[in-house]
Amino acid sequence: MKILRLLRTSTFQLAVMYMVLFATSVFILMGFIYWATAGYMSSQTDETIEAEIIGLAEQYQRQGLNGLISVIRERVARDPNGKAVYLFTARDFIKLAGNINKWPEDGEVQDGWLNFTLNENIGWSDIEPRPARARVFIVPGGLRLLVGRDVHEFMALKELVERAINFGMAITFALAMFGGIMMSRSTAKRIELINQTSQKIMKGNLSLRIPDRGTNDDFDQLARNLNEMLDKIVQLMDGIRHVSDNIAHDLRTPLTRLRNQLENTLLSVERDSDRQKVSDAVAEADQLLATFNALLRIARLEVSNKASNFIKFNLSELVQDAGELYEALAEDKQQQFVHAIQDNIDMIGDRDLIFQTLCNLIDNAIKYTPEGGQISLTLQQKDKNVCLTVADSGIGIPEDERDKVFQRFYRVAKSRSLPGNGLGLSLVLAVMDIHHSKVALSDNQPGLIVELEFPAKTAFKTVS
Amino acid sequence: MRILVIEDDKDVAAYLVNGLKENDHVVDHSADGKAGLLLAASETYDVMIIDRMLPGMDGLSIIKTIRATGNQTPVLILSALGDVDDRVEGLRGGGDDYLTKPFSYTELLARLEVLVRRGSNKGNDKVTHLSVADLEMDLLARTVKRGSEKIDLQPREFRLLEYLMKHAGQVVTRTMLLEQVWDYHFDPQTNVIDVHISRLRSKIDKDFPKQLLQTVRGAGYILSEDP
Repeated sequence: MKILRLLRTSTFQLAVMYMVLFATSVFILMGFIYWATAGYMSSQTDETIEAEIIGLAEQYQRQGLNGLISVIRERVARDPNGKAVYLFTARDFIKLAGNINKWPEDGEVQDGWLNFTLNENIGWSDIEPRPARARVFIVPGGLRLLVGRDVHEFMALKELVERAINFGMAITFALAMFGGIMMSRSTAKRIELINQTSQKIMKGNLSLRIPDRGTNDDFDQLARNLNEMLDKIVQLMDGIRHVSDNIAHDLRTPLTRLRNQLENTLLSVERDSDRQKVSDAVAEADQLLATFNALLRIARLEVSNKASNFIKFNLSELVQDAGELYEALAEDKQQQFVHAIQDNIDMIGDRDLIFQTLCNLIDNAIKYTPEGGQISLTLQQKDKNVCLTVADSGIGIPEDERDKVFQRFYRVAKSRSLPGNGLGLSLVLAVMDIHHSKVALSDNQPGLIVELEFPAKTAFKTVS
Repeated sequence: MRILVIEDDKDVAAYLVNGLKENDHVVDHSADGKAGLLLAASETYDVMIIDRMLPGMDGLSIIKTIRATGNQTPVLILSALGDVDDRVEGLRGGGDDYLTKPFSYTELLARLEVLVRRGSNKGNDKVTHLSVADLEMDLLARTVKRGSEKIDLQPREFRLLEYLMKHAGQVVTRTMLLEQVWDYHFDPQTNVIDVHISRLRSKIDKDFPKQLLQTVRGAGYILSEDP
């Protein structure tokens, strides 16, 4: 898997491209060397043979058949174990002179040239058969003259060069491949590190930064730039949060004063209709205060992120209490309220916050479910974790809005007419976060299922 | 009532002192922790309102000091921080009640009344019988009667009525009921308490000419003989 991933990285692809380019250059270079050595030697041999043929032809013209035969004999004698091959035959291939006995049978004459094997059959004295190359010259009168050279040294050299080229190419490929992998691995590692870090950051751990190796290279620069960007983002987010929290904080005091003045006014108002108006205004102010308080509470939870008030408590009882508290409200709305609460489940957490969370969820369920609907409350151990579920048969939340409802002040389009401040689920998420637990929304067809999942170390069944 | 207010925030202090004086209470005010402690130790009060963050000496230290001298005057802690753990810490530190700023004056007044009454009722913990007008509650047998008629209550309704009867004649806020009867400190989005009150009302008041359980607009409820 890791290798596969490495192969897909752009650095590796770059390395492969480089490898191909490098190998091609090496191939061209080797080709040139081959051409320069083997090619040169081959043409050298051909030229020598050619020159000899021309020389012998001249001898024949000058001194006739006998002269040619004697020259050949002389040359054979002069070169007892030499490389030169001569054969002069009559019309019916009968040997007249030369150092081989028979006209070679293997190989065909091409453009006057013949490649053949020197062996015992044709009277070659050496045990080892050897490759040879010769030129055939037909003397007027049907006599044939073969002048050649033993080319086994040249062939051996050619083979050597070819082998060197093959090995060279293979080594080049292997080295380039190895180098490419090594090169891309170190870069891929650093990119992977950047990727992993940014993924963790995207998941919410905004305090993380990409490590800086201190080598001051381009990756360090990239890391530093990304880190600076993250700092800026955090700054901006803090800024926004501070602004909204400060607004909430600063407006809370005058709003409380306003509310209290209204309350005081209430005491001195005589007419009943006026009393109603003032008391509506007080309720309105209370609603605003509640929104501000909720906002500040979420902000504090997100900032503090601590478990200072965690105690062990009986979660089953807490769920029972919340169910009992809200059951009456559901019954007033002719809703069926059912619960299945497993006993003896304990939890370590902030009891009041968990109660608040559960109440927000049940309150929502009752609010967004029409009369005659059904609300169900379930607490059970599921595998190792503990699941707390609030399900209703209400209007539900469209799938594409399920992530957004956790944002502050976000309200689903079709529920905007109902009372609410759009902070309930934001608080739920913040509370779940400090308990290292998850909240998930799903479709109840119709309605909504909200599932809170507590990990085993947070909530667990006790053996009674 | 004789009330001591130790609070350094001028606005809050003025608002408190004026409000309490308007309600015919005698109020002493100190803006400094040490001066406040001196007042608390030398004078006798029915109830004290102490801010947590004070110059000179913090609120919790003042409470610890006066408690160490055997002074059991009820204390209501005020705090600008709404964190629940502050609340727990404050109550553990010897405070009798805890209120987060900003608070509604009715809530404060209701809590003060309850605190003072509780303070004067000390030693009367072994009450076995409660009654308001013709409504009677037997805490041992866990029965409730209105006149000669027996009233069946759910356990939670019983606790709710018990709390209301113990504080008969006093305004009891919804938050106080949630804290005392349900034992949770939280912010209900809907007035879920109202539903429970109206159920209780239908059991104890519905068939009787005299209504005992009243709603106090903008504040809470009161169980009282006088309308």
